[in-house]
Amino acid sequence: MHSDNRSPLALKLAAFGGLFFLLAPIALIFLYAFSTEEKSFQWPPPGYTLKWIGVTLGRADVWEAMALSVKVAAISTILALILGTLTAAAVARSKFFGRETISLLVILPIALPGIITGISLRSAFSLLDIPFSTWTIVLGHATFCIVIVYNNAVARFRRTSGALIDAAMDLGADGVQTFRLVILPNIATALLAGGMLAFALSFDEVIVTTFTAGNQTTLPIWMLEELVRPRQRPVTNVVAMAVVLVTVLPILAAYYLTKDGEHTAGSDK
Amino acid sequence: MSDLSSNAALFAPRSGPLARAVDWIIRHPRMFVFLLVLPITLWLGIVYIGALIALLIQSFFSIDEFSGVVVHEFTLKTYGELLRPYNLDIILRTVAMAASVTIAAAILAFPIAYFAARYAKGKWKALFYVGVMLPLWSSYLVKVYAWKLVLAKEGILNWIFAKLHLTWLLDGFLSLPVIGGNSLSVSYIGTFLVFLYIWLPYMIIPVQAALERVSKDLTEAASDLGATPRQNFRMVLLPLALPGVVAGSIFTFSLTLGDYIVPQIVGNSRLFIGQAVYTQQGTAGNIPLAAAFTVVPIVIMGIYLWGARKMGAFDAL
Repeated sequence: MHSDNRSPLALKLAAFGGLFFLLAPIALIFLYAFSTEEKSFQWPPPGYTLKWIGVTLGRADVWEAMALSVKVAAISTILALILGTLTAAAVARSKFFGRETISLLVILPIALPGIITGISLRSAFSLLDIPFSTWTIVLGHATFCIVIVYNNAVARFRRTSGALIDAAMDLGADGVQTFRLVILPNIATALLAGGMLAFALSFDEVIVTTFTAGNQTTLPIWMLEELVRPRQRPVTNVVAMAVVLVTVLPILAAYYLTKDGEHTAGSDK
Repeated sequence: MSDLSSNAALFAPRSGPLARAVDWIIRHPRMFVFLLVLPITLWLGIVYIGALIALLIQSFFSIDEFSGVVVHEFTLKTYGELLRPYNLDIILRTVAMAASVTIAAAILAFPIAYFAARYAKGKWKALFYVGVMLPLWSSYLVKVYAWKLVLAKEGILNWIFAKLHLTWLLDGFLSLPVIGGNSLSVSYIGTFLVFLYIWLPYMIIPVQAALERVSKDLTEAASDLGATPRQNFRMVLLPLALPGVVAGSIFTFSLTLGDYIVPQIVGNSRLFIGQAVYTQQGTAGNIPLAAAFTVVPIVIMGIYLWGARKMGAFDAL
């Protein structure tokens, strides 16, 4: 007769222990950003200071890496939004030859290990004599960002009733008007959420980037260099904290956008 | 869109070339779909798949051992090289690591997922959601960096062991053959812990999704019929959660197979597949061998996905 709603103590301990394991290392990042210790990862920190935040803000190399990362993430997100939405529109609303292949194709760049995507793009670039630039980074990033936008958009297209589009056109709207006034408002929050996730994914990506970046330094590449050969631990601590904030805030925003977006016009029939 | 074509006669002619072009496209659904999927086909179907195939073809070339130039002739020599003891060790080491990370992740994920799915309500449910999503979406490198802080000699983990007067236990653990090492951050234990941490959320999410669908009535009925908690777990919960575990294991296994950054930063100098690919294509300049190495995770994951599909894991995603 186990009809009570209380959990067994062992399960509770294991669950909260697991949660602690997941969250404690991230909390540590926030503590270390304020540590006065410069040369080692000493615990507990001997003292706390705001000095390193100021030092990091004055670092030109950090700002340049940050600017490149934002630029790459922004362009990749826009490309992913266009390609992902077009593909989602086709897959969600019609049946055609090769439909299954296309939905598999979109998932492939994140289903295969990143190193495979990275090395094959790199050898393709060298085969075609394309020099490394910001655009080669963007090409790699957009490839795996498409699926994020696609997933969000395809779910929304399936919920948006096709009758809405038919009605708009029956009432005399042309294709452009239908898109602007009926389709776009319906899928807008899904695209915003997908775009934010794609931005966060691109902003953080390092494995494909090491193969397609040449000599350019994005923020994750800057971090990777610091991890392999630590030169300025206090600055790295602050950058790590900043990166957590930049990637996590869009995630939380995307969560709230899609959470309330379950009821879309025309979906109730 | 296909039913729109029947309305074609209702369309009034429009002004403006753009509007007329759009109308023309909409009245031809096949053309419309073709235009929608054209960009993705060009991008992924030709650029991406083309690059993948070009890479795979290179694994059938070989490198001239004296000049270091790639010989563009079909040969299986590079695959023979892949089976040399040194390279075979790399493959076995990576697969063993991926398997142990997957098993540990499943064991650790189950109580978290079960508690979140079955007992957590309201505020606690939100806490568990954020608790899994935050590490999932935090920067990969920052997570590796956090573990560098945790595992450092002067770091928090050694400090905790010292405070509990358990340093002897840690030292004993590190003196074990194979998995031990000079310190946590240069041992397989360290590599294993970091992998486990980074991929654990990918296991929790599908397991929780599978457990959310298990009705409470089922486990209650089982205990009413006299099942002990152990029997209940083994004969009711586990079989129902298994597709979720398999779905999660696809991620933990595949991601560990291809990673080359974690073992480079936390671990000893023995290579994993990802590192082998990286050094072969970079410093060693042996693209054919690098390409042959990338075939290994593709083949392993192909077999894995085929098996997972048979177990119904894709319905749990």
